[in-house]
Amino acid sequence: MPIGLAHYLTVAAILFTLGIFGIFLNRKNVIIIMMSIELMLLAVNINFVAFSVVLNDLVGQIFAMFVLTVAAAEAAIGLAILVVYFRNRGTIQVEDIDMMKG
Amino acid sequence: MAVLVVFLPLLAAFIAGFFGRVIGDRASQLVTCGGIVLSALLGIPLFREILSQEHAQIIPIVTWIAAGGVDVQWSLRLDTLSGVMIVAVTIVSAMVHIYSVGYMAHDAGIPRFFAYLSLFTFFMLMLATANDFVQLFFGWEGVGLLSYLLIGFWYDRKSANDASIKAFLVNRVGDFGFALGIFATFVIFGSLDFDTVFGKAPSAVGTTMNFLDWQVPSLTLACILLFIGAMGKSAQLGLHTWLPDAMEGPTPVSALIHAATMVTAGVFMVCRLSPMFEYAPAALAVVGVIGGTTAVFAASVGMAQNDIKRVIAYSTCSQLGYMFFAAGVSAYTAAMFHLFTHAFFKALLFLGAGSVIHAMSAEQDMRRMGGLWNKIPITYALMWVGSLSLAGIPIFAGYYSKDMILSASWASGTAVGRYSFCLGIFTAFLTAFYSWRLLIMTFHGQPRADEETLHHVHESPWVMLIPLFILGFGAVFAGILADHWFVGEGRGEFWKHSILVLPQHDSIAAAEHVSWIIDYLPLIAGLLGIAVAYVCYSLIPELPSRLAMRFRAIYLFLLNKWYFDELYDRLFVRTAFSLGEGLWKTGDATIIDGLGPDGIAAATRELAREASRLQTGYVYHYAFAMLIGVVALVTWYLVPR
Repeated sequence: MPIGLAHYLTVAAILFTLGIFGIFLNRKNVIIIMMSIELMLLAVNINFVAFSVVLNDLVGQIFAMFVLTVAAAEAAIGLAILVVYFRNRGTIQVEDIDMMKG
Repeated sequence: MAVLVVFLPLLAAFIAGFFGRVIGDRASQLVTCGGIVLSALLGIPLFREILSQEHAQIIPIVTWIAAGGVDVQWSLRLDTLSGVMIVAVTIVSAMVHIYSVGYMAHDAGIPRFFAYLSLFTFFMLMLATANDFVQLFFGWEGVGLLSYLLIGFWYDRKSANDASIKAFLVNRVGDFGFALGIFATFVIFGSLDFDTVFGKAPSAVGTTMNFLDWQVPSLTLACILLFIGAMGKSAQLGLHTWLPDAMEGPTPVSALIHAATMVTAGVFMVCRLSPMFEYAPAALAVVGVIGGTTAVFAASVGMAQNDIKRVIAYSTCSQLGYMFFAAGVSAYTAAMFHLFTHAFFKALLFLGAGSVIHAMSAEQDMRRMGGLWNKIPITYALMWVGSLSLAGIPIFAGYYSKDMILSASWASGTAVGRYSFCLGIFTAFLTAFYSWRLLIMTFHGQPRADEETLHHVHESPWVMLIPLFILGFGAVFAGILADHWFVGEGRGEFWKHSILVLPQHDSIAAAEHVSWIIDYLPLIAGLLGIAVAYVCYSLIPELPSRLAMRFRAIYLFLLNKWYFDELYDRLFVRTAFSLGEGLWKTGDATIIDGLGPDGIAAATRELAREASRLQTGYVYHYAFAMLIGVVALVTWYLVPR
């Protein structure tokens, strides 16, 4: 059975869904949220690359490079924020971060 | 000159009222007293000038209302009727002004008081010189307002505030009738000008109009409605309850407003509108019956009162009843005559009572007076003059006017006339009785005041006594001098066209032919009253209290003023209170507030609380919401429609 576009898209969809559930079912740690976001970005990347190959268009792969760059930057900034937050609040438990509560 | 007479008091009131604080007490007194004295002095030549003219002189001032069919001119109507009022009002007012300089010497609000007095005089003159119904109403409401302000002059007393509100409210009832009467007049005649209305009055006989779904004779309806206004202002039975309470005001106010001038406005109005009332005999009968009943009612209540001012207040009410039943038998000139003499002797009695109160350090209860006659002899003598005049003893002013009223009511020959005659004779007896009861309780017998008060008893200063002398002069001679002109041979020449009496109603002419017994009956009743009072209060002082014990029910009935206040309290005051409370608690608080402002506020707050619970503060919840949004949007665009 040849590996086709549908397979790639399925994997990407599974990864994306995992990322979403990682965010929403996660009760513990903000770092896990960031990892989940990373996971979702990767899923998007897989989509880009798969379509790029199928459509024979390099733009998708170039865009995947951009996404990777942004993801790296985002991870760096996110971790920095976390460190500062931990310094200020002494915790990065998801449950405790509810300052916007009405 | 007429303009000067009318507007000088206004000017004085303006100066004293607005600049009283700047110019000080003394200057305010000077300005207002000067204004009114000048006005009184000018009033006499003005009156002579009026008498020399055949027709009413009308001095236009300004066009007040010109709107479609309503054309109201502001003008001064000068004829004998208004002339008599001008003379009486300005003279009594001048005396009261001067008297007040002494009486109110220690008061904190002197400029205000004098400004009110002068303003009152202006409105009273406005009323007297009115040339149409609207101006009459203007003056009418003006004096009502000033009456309110002056009754409540001592505004830090609760009783004074209550009394002023009561006076205002009761007068509102009367004025409602008055206003309706004016509307009815306008509907009937299409004009509010006196001359026009009076000219058309005969043609309105027999017409009917719709009132509360009844067809009623239009002229009678208008007259009765107008008379309801007069009842309110002149404290006739049913709408009289405010007058005794009005004695909460300073005594000069009682003398000027609630004895001599304002309360007689109703009588004046009926006389002024004689060309209408003459063609409405049913309305005249109502006037006569109410007048006669009020006379005897008020006199009977006056017998049992202990407050010196209240006795005189009920006496005023009763004398106004005399004037009304005189008008009720078409003896308008006799009514005006009594109005004129009454202004003098009742102002004298009130100011005399004020002098007594002044001497007694503000004591008003006659049960704590007594034995004052040799301490304040001048006041005592003048009170005698006033009482003799009130009781109708010959050569004193009241004799002529009261005698003429009673003769005319008998001579009219109508049932109403006979009714009011009988009540009038009985009232004459009661009048003499309570007058001498007042004199004896106040001035004779053992002093019942405490040592401290007795020690301070002193005759009033001259500034208070001189007005008393002048009024006393009026109380003695006003009758004997004016008799010929007001109700005697010269009356046709004197009144000219200012009062209309149909020939078949002319009870004054008929009064010349009544038998001597009718003529002397009032005098006999008066003397009998004096004698009974002398026996009861001087010879056998324990008799009244024994009688009061024996006929306790009657005594209490009289003491409590026939329970009118209680009746009105039950009927109107409490009903209004409970209605108000019901509307307040259920209508406003529960329904309007509950569903309106309060309800909406509560609903908003509840909604906001619910909405705020959506804000958990967890980032992933927000992210989830965003995601749901994205999915929804994408679905929206992707699903083919």
